[in-house]
Amino acid sequence: MTRLFTYVAVMAGVTYLIRCIPLLAYRKKITNQFVQSFLYYVPYAVLGAMTFPAIFTSGGELIPSLLGTGTAIILAYQKRSLITVAIAASVVVYLASLFL
Amino acid sequence: MIQNNFRQGLQDGVPIALGYCSVSFAFGIMCVNQGIPVWIAALISLTNLTSAGQFAGLGIMAAGGSLLEMALSQFIINLRYFLMSLTMTQKVDPEMNTPERAIVAYGITDEIFALSSSKYNGVGFAYMMGLIALPVLGWTLGTILGGAASSILPMAIRDALGIMIYGMFCAIIIPPARKERSILVVVLIAAITSCIFQLLPIEIGSGFVIILCTLLAAGLGAFLFPIKQEETR
Repeated sequence: MTRLFTYVAVMAGVTYLIRCIPLLAYRKKITNQFVQSFLYYVPYAVLGAMTFPAIFTSGGELIPSLLGTGTAIILAYQKRSLITVAIAASVVVYLASLFL
Repeated sequence: MIQNNFRQGLQDGVPIALGYCSVSFAFGIMCVNQGIPVWIAALISLTNLTSAGQFAGLGIMAAGGSLLEMALSQFIINLRYFLMSLTMTQKVDPEMNTPERAIVAYGITDEIFALSSSKYNGVGFAYMMGLIALPVLGWTLGTILGGAASSILPMAIRDALGIMIYGMFCAIIIPPARKERSILVVVLIAAITSCIFQLLPIEIGSGFVIILCTLLAAGLGAFLFPIKQEETR
């Protein structure tokens, strides 16, 4: 239990510091173009690395998960809302696991 | 003109809160599936208020990863908040004092940032409190509901809900990747290297894999496609 608390404290502490340091301390603009660009791409890189390959097995079995992944990608490509994409992928996984 | 109406903030926060509720529901389920008690899951959501970081953190907790791995993965995954917080310095009421800034900082998430930085020219403390309140409630409550429902939900539904968070991630990255080739390349580099690490016969912590893939993909992106000045998101 202590171990869990330590994990949570480290997670929360690091996350909060990142959020508050600029707002409290920094009032100028970043001018270094590489740093600016790097920070700009970070969210996409993180999400890409977190989503793949985890999504392929995120719905339990492989085949339903793959069908759910396909659904998510197609709907996301059509710019559907976050909730629509998430729920549709989940419904497809559920239905596929019933019939396969 | 600085927007500083608490009620306007609450109103703007409603759709964010609803979205958070369903995603954190999946987080609650995953926590309980990994053997984390519901109240710890709720504590994680309340104190972290971030999706990608929490899911990665949960993976590290479940695998018994080191605290260094935990700290580094949170640092890399949540580094984007640094940029958002930096952008917020230009957006918040210049009159905002240090304790108020420290409280507003807690609520900087992708969605709250996107809304508050794009909808108004400037935002005050009261508005930000209104905007942050419901999403925090939705995120924490959803986690508790998910964790509590986990034990009574049939396995097939639990499995099906597991894909929700990743579906949401797709919905976040694919539209901008469709619009900008540079983002598409960065996403593909990250996704492909992440898959390669999975196939390697050596054991690397999931947090480190994300760190390595992010450094590589965002670094290459910045090298190959430097953004023009002022073009931050």
